[in-house]
Formats: sequence, structure tokens, C-alpha cells
Amino acid sequence: MKAPPFAYRLAEDLPQALDLYARSAGDAVYLAGGHSIVPSLSLRLQAPALLIDISRIAALAGVSLGPEGLRIGATTPHAVLLEDPLVATHAPLLAEAARHVAHPAIRNRATFGGNLVLADPASEFPAVVRALRAELEVEGPEGARQIAAEDFFLDLYTTALQPGEILRAVLIPPPAPGQLVAFAELARRQGDFAMVGAAVRLVPKAGVIGTADIVFHSVGLTPMRAVAAEAALIGQALDAATIAAACAAVAQDLQPGDDPVLPAATRLHLAGVLLGRLLRRVQGEWA
Amino acid sequence: MKQALELQVNGEAVALMVEPRQTLADVLRDSLRLTGTHLGCEMGVCGACLVLLDGKPVHGCLTLAVQAQGCAVTTVEGLDASGEIADLQAEFHARNALQCGYCTPGMLMTAQALLKRGAVPDRAEIREALSGNFCRCTGYEAIVDAIAATAAKRGAA
Ligand SMILES: Cc1cc2nc3c(=O)[nH]c(=O)nc-3n(C[C@H](O)[C@H](O)[C@H](O)COP(=O)(O)OP(=O)(O)OC[C@H]3O[C@@H](n4cnc5c(N)ncnc54)[C@H](O)[C@@H]3O)c2cc1C
Ligand code: FES
Ligand code: FES
Repeated sequence: MKAPPFAYRLAEDLPQALDLYARSAGDAVYLAGGHSIVPSLSLRLQAPALLIDISRIAALAGVSLGPEGLRIGATTPHAVLLEDPLVATHAPLLAEAARHVAHPAIRNRATFGGNLVLADPASEFPAVVRALRAELEVEGPEGARQIAAEDFFLDLYTTALQPGEILRAVLIPPPAPGQLVAFAELARRQGDFAMVGAAVRLVPKAGVIGTADIVFHSVGLTPMRAVAAEAALIGQALDAATIAAACAAVAQDLQPGDDPVLPAATRLHLAGVLLGRLLRRVQGEWA
Repeated sequence: MKQALELQVNGEAVALMVEPRQTLADVLRDSLRLTGTHLGCEMGVCGACLVLLDGKPVHGCLTLAVQAQGCAVTTVEGLDASGEIADLQAEFHARNALQCGYCTPGMLMTAQALLKRGAVPDRAEIREALSGNFCRCTGYEAIVDAIAATAAKRGAA
């Protein structure tokens, strides 16, 4: 099917984008890579009067390193996350996850910011930014504000962004000393949306696990923090018994629903299996 | 309302009026009559619509034509005319790596982008690169063969 008619404006800078939105009576959508909007327009799931193209705004582009961490502009395409040396060094978890996001050509245009704002529960990046405790920099009609990734994903395809607000960049804090990370997912085919996936971040402290972040995707309405599994790790040595306890605790954290392709019990089982693999991988790197 | 669009297509400057709702694939096919770019699913899944946008493969069905303002687009016609994929085309032909041919332009785009990276890809890498390209006829084996053979020859050259 073809999209219904709409108007299109290319925004030169952030003030212009915000202004175009302000004058749209709420009937406008920001356009980044378009890889979710365009199919959704074609399927006529959406019919805004105006698309405001933010993909060429310089303030939304680029990857840079500063004292606060790695700053990744919202319009950074997935392919750059895969290839950028700064990302590889300072946020390897993102680069690892990017391999699993869609297919090569999609990654050339779909943007990091568009992916996070879309907040598809099967998306890899929302789980990763939550596990890395990233901060999201937002510009809006009321000015700039910062939202912790922890507080950003509210519900299915729903974020803390207010109408008209633009995600400007994502700030990944510098890794804690000794921090170990791992990402993996189970999918039927490379690049397909995962049956289950997870991002893990552990910080050792005096020989035991000091901090644990475990965030699953594709098993709930948002990226899901596995609080009970984290609690099973904190203060413990990373040994087989601790890993088994964390995997068992996943059942308290996740309540996936049945769906036509995968029964809930299978998905939950796979989540435990996946967490076991990730923790054993981290165990191998544990000093 | 139609908007002015200027871009380069297969090396030639093109200026035309397009509706914002027209995708790049629509404009290439319907306005410029470059029908080598195919449309299958129109949602980014099958890869029949791949074109090069400033040298990188992108989906013509997911890119609005107006977003290509000022960009250089290369379609399969352009790749063919330049001769840069003649060896790849010959391998596809020799191995029957196409039957109906609907997927072939997209396969060639993906293959050429992969091969231009330089290193000789192994079969697993070729398959991974093709994960966004559907073929409903060949069963992929011959396509992977053709790309692997081209890679080996270019690597030896
Ligand atoms: C075939 C296919 C397979 C895919 N597979 C995967 C996959 O395996 N895993 C995965 O995670 N994703 C997958 N995706 C989705 C893709 O990775 C992107 O997440 C998606 O296309 C959104 O990014 P975009 O830049 O294209 O956003 P757009 O489509 O341009 O925008 C998406 C939404 O975000 C809003 N938006 C965009 N940028 C901003 C911003 N900076 N500030 C405020 N609002 C903004 C838009 O208004 C819109 O509502 C797939 C997509 C396709 C087409
Ligand atoms: S038509 Fe574009 S991917 Fe199928
Ligand atoms: S040859 Fe027919 S779809 Fe590939």
C-alpha cells in the first residue's frame, strides 16, 4: 500500500524543528531514518499532516568523547555504532548489540535515536542503554532536560518524551573500574527480532559482584530489568552456584505472555538459558 | 503538494517534482522509468528495492524521495552500465543464481557492497550479509556460490 498524502519540511536546526512542531497543532511527526515511520505510513497506521525531517540537523549528529562519557548523537545510524572506534572502545556493548539489529542496509539509515524513541520492546538498544545506565539528552519547547534511561521506557512503544520533544543525544557514562559487559540474543535467523535477548553489566568490588545490571528485551512491554536476578548476584562471588541462583531468579522477574510463535514458558526458559550463557562468558573474563 | 527534488542518479543530475509521500523507489521506477529497482514487500524485509545512496545500500521503499535531496543515487542500471559488477553478473549467470530475477537487483547491491569492503568474505559472512535479501526461487545456494566465486577472483586479482 502507499502512504496517504502529507507535507514535508526539512529542519535546518533544532529551533526550527521545535518551531515547526509548535505550529503543527500536534499533527506532526519527526522523521529520522524513517525506517519505522515510512512502513507505518504505508500501512496507514499513522497519518500525520506533516513530517519534520530532523535527519540533517548537525546538533543531532556525531559521536564524541568527553569527561562525562561517550556522547552519541540521536541521528547516528546503527552502522556507525558497529564501526566507530570510539564506540568499540568506550561502549563495546552497543557495538555488540548493533550486530543483531536488523540487516546491513537497514543499519545504514535507521538511527540510534529513532530506535530508542520508537521503544519497540523487541529492540536491542533500549536494553543496552538501560544496562549501561545511560542518560538521554532531550530538547523541547520548554528547554533542555536529561532523562535517565532507567526512567525513559514507560510502556509498549511509550517513552517519557513529551509531545514535541526531540531526543538530542545519548550519554554513556565512563565504564566503572573493572566493569564487565556482555550481550546476546536468541533469534531464529540473524537480524530477526529476538525471541529473547539480554544485556549484562557487572562491576566487581573486593572480589565479589558489587553492581549488577541485567536488562532483557523481547520478554515484556519495555526493556525489562531483572531485579531478582541482580539481587542474586550482588555481594556474591561469580561462581556456578551464584549463576544458577541468578538464572532461577529470572522467573520472578519476567512474566512474558503467550504469543502465537512462542509459548510463555518457552520464552521464560530461554531467558534463563541466555542469562546463564552471558554470566559464564563474563566469568571467563573475571580477573 | 509536489516539491522540487534535485539529486544525481547514476551520475546524471536530475531535477523533478515529487510528492513527499513518494518513496525513492517509486520515483526511480515511476518518474525516471528505472525499473531495475524492484518493489516486493514495501516494508524493508525483502531487499528487492536496494539502491546505493551516497555509496551505501539503502532500501528504496523505506526512504522518502525528498530525503534524497542533493544525494547521489546508484541503481542496478548504474552498476550495470559502469561495468563494475560485470564479473558478478557473469557468475550469477553461469551458476543460475537467478530464476525469475525479481530479487537479483537487490542481491547484486548487497553483494557489491560486501565485496567492496575488501576482505574476501567466507560463506557464513556472505549469508549474514544476505540476511535482508529474500529469494523465493533459487534456495540461495547458487547465489552464495556466485558471490563467493567473484570474491575469490577479485581477491586473487
Ligand atoms: C525490516 C526491518 C527490520 C528491523 N529489525 C530490527 C531489529 O532487529 N532490532 C531493532 O531494534 N530494530 C529493528 N528495526 C527498526 C530499526 O532499527 C529502527 O529502530 C527504526 O527504523 C527506527 O529508527 P529510524 O531512525 O528509522 O526512526 P523513524 O522511523 O524516523 O522514527 C521512529 C519514531 O521515532 C521518532 N523519532 C525519531 N528520532 C527522534 C528523535 N531524535 N527525537 C524524537 N523523536 C524521534 C519518530 O517521530 C517516530 O515516531 C527494523 C526495521 C526494519 C524496517
Ligand atoms: S520492497 Fe523494499 S525491502 Fe521489500
Ligand atoms: S530469482 Fe526469483 S526471487 Fe530470486
